Amino acid sequence: MASHTAEPGVTSHGAPHATSTIQHHFESADQQKDASTIGMWVFLVTEVMFFGGLFLAYFVYRQAYPAAFASASNKTNLLIGAVNTTVLICSSLTMALAVRSAAIGKKNLIVLFLILTLLLGGTFLGVKAYEYNDKWVHHEVPGHNFDCEGCTDAGHTPLFFALYFGMTGLHATHMIVGVGIILFLIAQARKGAYGPAWHTPVELFGLYWHFVDIVWIFLFPLLYLIDRSAVPK
Amino acid sequence: MITATPPVETKKSYLNQTEGLKSWLLTHDHKRICILYLLGVTFFFALGGIFAVLIRLELATPVGDLVESNTYNKFFTMHGIIMVFLFLIPSIPAVLGNFLIPLMIGAKDVAFPRVNLLSWYIYMIGGLFVLTALFMGGVDTGWTFYTPFSTSYSNGYVIATGLGIFIAGFSSILTGLNFIVTIHRMRAPGLTWFRLPLFVWAHYATSMIQVLGTPVVAVTLFLLVLERGLHIGFFDPAYGGDPVLFQHMFWFYSHPAVYIMILPSMGVVTEIITTFSSKKPFGYTFIAFSSVAIAVFGFIVWGHHLFVSGQSAYAGMVFSILSYVVSIPSAIKVFNWTATMYKGSVRLTTPMLYALGFIGLFTIGGLTGLFLASLGMNVHLTDTYFVIAHFHYVMVGGAIMGFLGGIHYWWPKIFGRMYHEGWSKVSAIIIFIGFNLTFFPQFILGYMGMPRRYHVYPPEFQVLNVLSSAGASILGLGYLIPFCYLLWSLKYGPIAPPNPWGATTLEWQTASPPPTENFEVTPVVTQEAYTYTSEEVVHVG
Repeated sequence: MASHTAEPGVTSHGAPHATSTIQHHFESADQQKDASTIGMWVFLVTEVMFFGGLFLAYFVYRQAYPAAFASASNKTNLLIGAVNTTVLICSSLTMALAVRSAAIGKKNLIVLFLILTLLLGGTFLGVKAYEYNDKWVHHEVPGHNFDCEGCTDAGHTPLFFALYFGMTGLHATHMIVGVGIILFLIAQARKGAYGPAWHTPVELFGLYWHFVDIVWIFLFPLLYLIDRSAVPK
Repeated sequence: MITATPPVETKKSYLNQTEGLKSWLLTHDHKRICILYLLGVTFFFALGGIFAVLIRLELATPVGDLVESNTYNKFFTMHGIIMVFLFLIPSIPAVLGNFLIPLMIGAKDVAFPRVNLLSWYIYMIGGLFVLTALFMGGVDTGWTFYTPFSTSYSNGYVIATGLGIFIAGFSSILTGLNFIVTIHRMRAPGLTWFRLPLFVWAHYATSMIQVLGTPVVAVTLFLLVLERGLHIGFFDPAYGGDPVLFQHMFWFYSHPAVYIMILPSMGVVTEIITTFSSKKPFGYTFIAFSSVAIAVFGFIVWGHHLFVSGQSAYAGMVFSILSYVVSIPSAIKVFNWTATMYKGSVRLTTPMLYALGFIGLFTIGGLTGLFLASLGMNVHLTDTYFVIAHFHYVMVGGAIMGFLGGIHYWWPKIFGRMYHEGWSKVSAIIIFIGFNLTFFPQFILGYMGMPRRYHVYPPEFQVLNVLSSAGASILGLGYLIPFCYLLWSLKYGPIAPPNPWGATTLEWQTASPPPTENFEVTPVVTQEAYTYTSEEVVHVG
């Protein structure tokens, strides 16, 4: 590691141990934090584009085959979807509280709120797994004995379920990655790694977690709610 | 001009600061990661080149005497995939950009050095997937993976290749992300946006495309893999899907990807022309913003790949007009380079030869792009060799000329050695001649109606095809010569001074090769990037 002395005029951060966390190529803790924050936002932009492709496919096909989509969306379980949405929104709250606890230096609270976030995220994934299984049992997985009972325009209903699995699957993958990162953060937080002077990882992971939640906030109405009642009887 | 430490005689450079294979494979130094990438892209360039040789060998005669059609399909597919995704896209940004951006902005490293190393590993893993697919038997879909052929009918290893490109895409995303943050937050004191070298502007624009476009092709390939592997269909009409949607999503990235290849090259050419004309670039802000404009316009022209794919006639008209618009910022660059040389004291060094070659070839490539952007012409020229010639003039004549020019220009900085000037000039000229002989006949072939992606053709096309294959041999030779003398120079080349070309940008104000921390003391910038002290030089010529 190249030894580097700070430029005159660039004062090191106020907290005594903050300087030790500055990587060699940064001039100050502020610069390092700024860089990380911008990096996270740019990463989230790439995520928006990543999910964007699926949303585009959804809008194109929904526009092209409204009847198939309306009747297929009735096959989703509204109650379970709504419960899961609530669970996820609560996990965003606990995540925000974890960031806040880090900012005010409450070590035990960071750990507590991260564990709560983990449990809520885990609950969401468990419920999702139950839903997937339910779809499998009812032959609602495209390409595998697919059968959309009583659906209108049945030839295009596989598209709805392909998008359902593509979108929720990609979302769940992001949740699983998130769960892994929370486990790491919990371990670090227990060691007292995060405090008012430096808690960038907690804060940036918070951004990621909220982003994943927001994706679901869009997925829920698109897959479960819209046109649910507009099925031709 | 710039207050930086004069290069002190240091024995330790980034090349020999630490030793052993491990110190390279676990390095966080952007300069060493540049070398790792250089090895990677050179390997894939050679591999892609072998497939080009096989293609041109087959096409030397009208009949399919070397391979059968299925094998030929795999040849051009592997050529395209390797060259586009594993060579052209990472070539300049990940090699030269990685090395130079921190040096040009007076930083010690990129913002996220570990992410930078990670991106190289991701790139190599993506490459391994493609190689695995290749050794299992290859892919025959063409580099465009059009559905439903790729998802339902192809006999090739579409999933392995698709995953390889999916993975390699993340390396490109991470490089772009790193550069954006680096350029925003790591600039030296006093280095304002309009004091940045234009190479940095070009890379900023490139990074925008990498960050915004690559995720879209990633998700498209993800859907392709789902459809082929699990029969969860999105694009095949048999599943209710629409293959044209695949084309839209694919080209939404893959057209801007063309600018990922050419924009960094334009940045290289700007630096070379400025230095070897010893003159400020003409219209700095125009060159800077034309890079950004190309990146922005690049995102709204993808439909010109779908003129004959069942896109509506009105969409076709809009995309046609928008495609013309891209020519404006591109032309601004060509005019500004020319104006920069005007009354400059031009030195015809090797990098300059490549830069001049770039201007000529890119102009032909760009102008033939206008032929293709016009709806009526396009119907006649779609899927002919005219298209092949057009994009090779831009990608090979443009991007690779820029890459080689940049490698020659910064070689003394990267390795601290000079190469043989005579050999390098000869090879630059051989490449220029070989390139034109290879691809100019293809314009005529395409105009006469020879379709792409066939291994047989009517006998009347043979003369032009033989010319093209002959040109390809000359071009191949031209690429081999630099490989030899550059390797030779590593050991036997004369020691390079810190600033052999009399350039003004920051990377030349430190030692050659630079120390690990780039600058002894962080430089403080007080002037624009290109301030030549003896402005009277400008008027001598």
